[in-house]
Amino acid sequence: MPLHHQDEYRDPDLSRPLIEAIRQMSSRPVHLMEVCGTHTMSIFRHGIRDVLPETIRLLSGPGCPVCVTAQPEIDAFIAYAREEGTIVTTFGDLMRVPGTDSSLRKEKAAGRDIRIVYSAFDALKIAQANPDRRVVFLGVGFETTAPTIAASILAARDMHVPNFLVASAHKTVPPALQALMDNDRVQINGFLLPGHVSVILGLQAYRPFFDRYQVPCVVAGFEPADILEAIRRLVAQIESGRPQLDNAYRRAVGEDGNPKARAIMEQVFEPVDAAFRGIGIIPGSGLRIRPAYAAYDAAVQIPIQVPPSKEPPGCDCGNILIGAKTPPECRLFRKVCTPENPIGPCMVSSEGTCAAYYRFDSASPPAAEK
Amino acid sequence: MTSDVITLDHGSGGKIAHRLTAELLLPLFDNPVLSDLHDGAVLTLNGGTRIAFSTDTFTVTPLFFPGGDIGELAVNGTVNDVAMCGATPLYLSLALIIEEGFPMPDLKRILQSIHRAAEAAGVMVVTGDTKVVPKGAADGVFINTSGIGIIPDNVSIGSTAAQPGDKIILSGTMADHGMTILTQREGLTFESDLQSDSAPLNGMVAKILTASNNVHVLRDPTRGGVGTTLNEIAESSRIGIVLQENTLPIRPAVAGVCELLGFDPLYVANEGKLLAFVAAHDADAVLKAIQSDAFGREACFIGEVTADHPGRVVLETRIGGRRIVDMLTGEQLPRIC
Repeated sequence: MPLHHQDEYRDPDLSRPLIEAIRQMSSRPVHLMEVCGTHTMSIFRHGIRDVLPETIRLLSGPGCPVCVTAQPEIDAFIAYAREEGTIVTTFGDLMRVPGTDSSLRKEKAAGRDIRIVYSAFDALKIAQANPDRRVVFLGVGFETTAPTIAASILAARDMHVPNFLVASAHKTVPPALQALMDNDRVQINGFLLPGHVSVILGLQAYRPFFDRYQVPCVVAGFEPADILEAIRRLVAQIESGRPQLDNAYRRAVGEDGNPKARAIMEQVFEPVDAAFRGIGIIPGSGLRIRPAYAAYDAAVQIPIQVPPSKEPPGCDCGNILIGAKTPPECRLFRKVCTPENPIGPCMVSSEGTCAAYYRFDSASPPAAEK
Repeated sequence: MTSDVITLDHGSGGKIAHRLTAELLLPLFDNPVLSDLHDGAVLTLNGGTRIAFSTDTFTVTPLFFPGGDIGELAVNGTVNDVAMCGATPLYLSLALIIEEGFPMPDLKRILQSIHRAAEAAGVMVVTGDTKVVPKGAADGVFINTSGIGIIPDNVSIGSTAAQPGDKIILSGTMADHGMTILTQREGLTFESDLQSDSAPLNGMVAKILTASNNVHVLRDPTRGGVGTTLNEIAESSRIGIVLQENTLPIRPAVAGVCELLGFDPLYVANEGKLLAFVAAHDADAVLKAIQSDAFGREACFIGEVTADHPGRVVLETRIGGRRIVDMLTGEQLPRIC
């Protein structure tokens, strides 16, 4: 079988010296946070925690888009689905997230028209094919997804598709990093910065954050060797006492990122204070559709009644999302909250920290003993 | 049941589907044959002849896809379930549920395909039924097939028979069928050259059973994929399984699409692959036998059975870490970004 691109970075010969270097260098206990959900999954899938020395503790941060989406936003999505004459289109991993009294999956089973799409442009096509119905796309994600969704709104305008609407619950990463550093309950010695988000933002977006907090930061790719190399650089910075904003994912991330994608995003969206689940309101951390594009803004066009949202009682997703607790420390984990019956979003999302612990953590008891 | 209605997760082949079986079906119908929960039932007739009996219903969108169609799938799926009991499949029933308005040329094409697949697998369609339902009451056509096969005297294959020390063989690449169907579905716009692996495996099973009397388990990892099937075997045989990540066979194009959508190929359906658990001293012979079959050329060892951690499947990753391979929960859903 031919070697393909990702295989190179999974090559044990590439990883072994990195693991060795980390082991030799690491002299004191450190908490490193991977901010991105895709990193969390990759770390678990490849058994990276298992090969690191005990001094290094990896914390999973608020980087799973589904997980940080606040409960009132989930409830609003469900309310859109219940509106007459409406088709709701969504990325797949939102389907099972429990709202206050339902989920999109349950609404679909109850007969609402909810369709999984792979891109906002698929939703736009559905809108063109159903001119007599409103098609709401649920915009969830970080700076990685926001530009494409902005582009779909511009396309809807250019192609005159008035029944295409976006419910924007987008979040941005740099304000969340700042909120984590300002949070007394969290102790972080270094950040593995997200790969995909940084492809769009570039290293420049983190400079104000780094200048202010002087905490070690390394942008990482997603393959085992990428992540190990980033961890090695973080440990080196910490051990030497010289924090840096570094880039270990140069094959994809540059200083300026993707200015074209950023320009489209900024044309359509504007920053707004937004609630992250577990963290609360973070100033300027959300993306709202600008008034010039209000015709495509579901929040403007579809008045909905959302009853007061309730967080699931006993659920520790909030603490888990900021690295203040690990899933086994939540009293619902594995006992009440499982992937079959998720109580909080960190268990339901494929990138959620609880789902990762549940599925991959070999320290937890086997299914046969449950 | 935590859900008061049926969702698509109940049909995924994963944990939620298992719970439906365990909580609703088994309490009502439990008997020693059913409780094995193997791909097919093994029945002993008066006189001692053992037969394998299996049924499966096929619903797939689109009906025609690269590498096959619903007709071929309906034959191969049941043939394979019967073959996984160690049986020689002989007879099939064929029941069609057709939606009003379904194009006649498409039906003819599906029937031709059923005919070809039955010939290729050496089975006869011996009874059948056709129902037509009003438009909207079915999606095009649904097909049910049941199959009967005879188990040779010296053969004993079951999902509870895996032994510590067994080598595990996978007969070819993972996830081809599931990812082909997914990329063909409406709404998924990227191009790919994926092909379903739909194939009859009874010929391969015959070769395996000729090569060794020490084959303990045969299973075809369809819905739920290799990961879920291995968990089922680990649970019912009360053994642990250790997989080597670097040996898991997957086509680069399939791996690429999985990566893009956040799917784990270990949980994606196959329609022409089998898992064989074989005593170590016969493992090489069985691997050769599988590789000598047209549908098994890319067969390889993927792991082995251990007495440690019963009920659990553990993967040794390329970089030397270990992680669990759990059973699939519900349908895999494409992720954000």
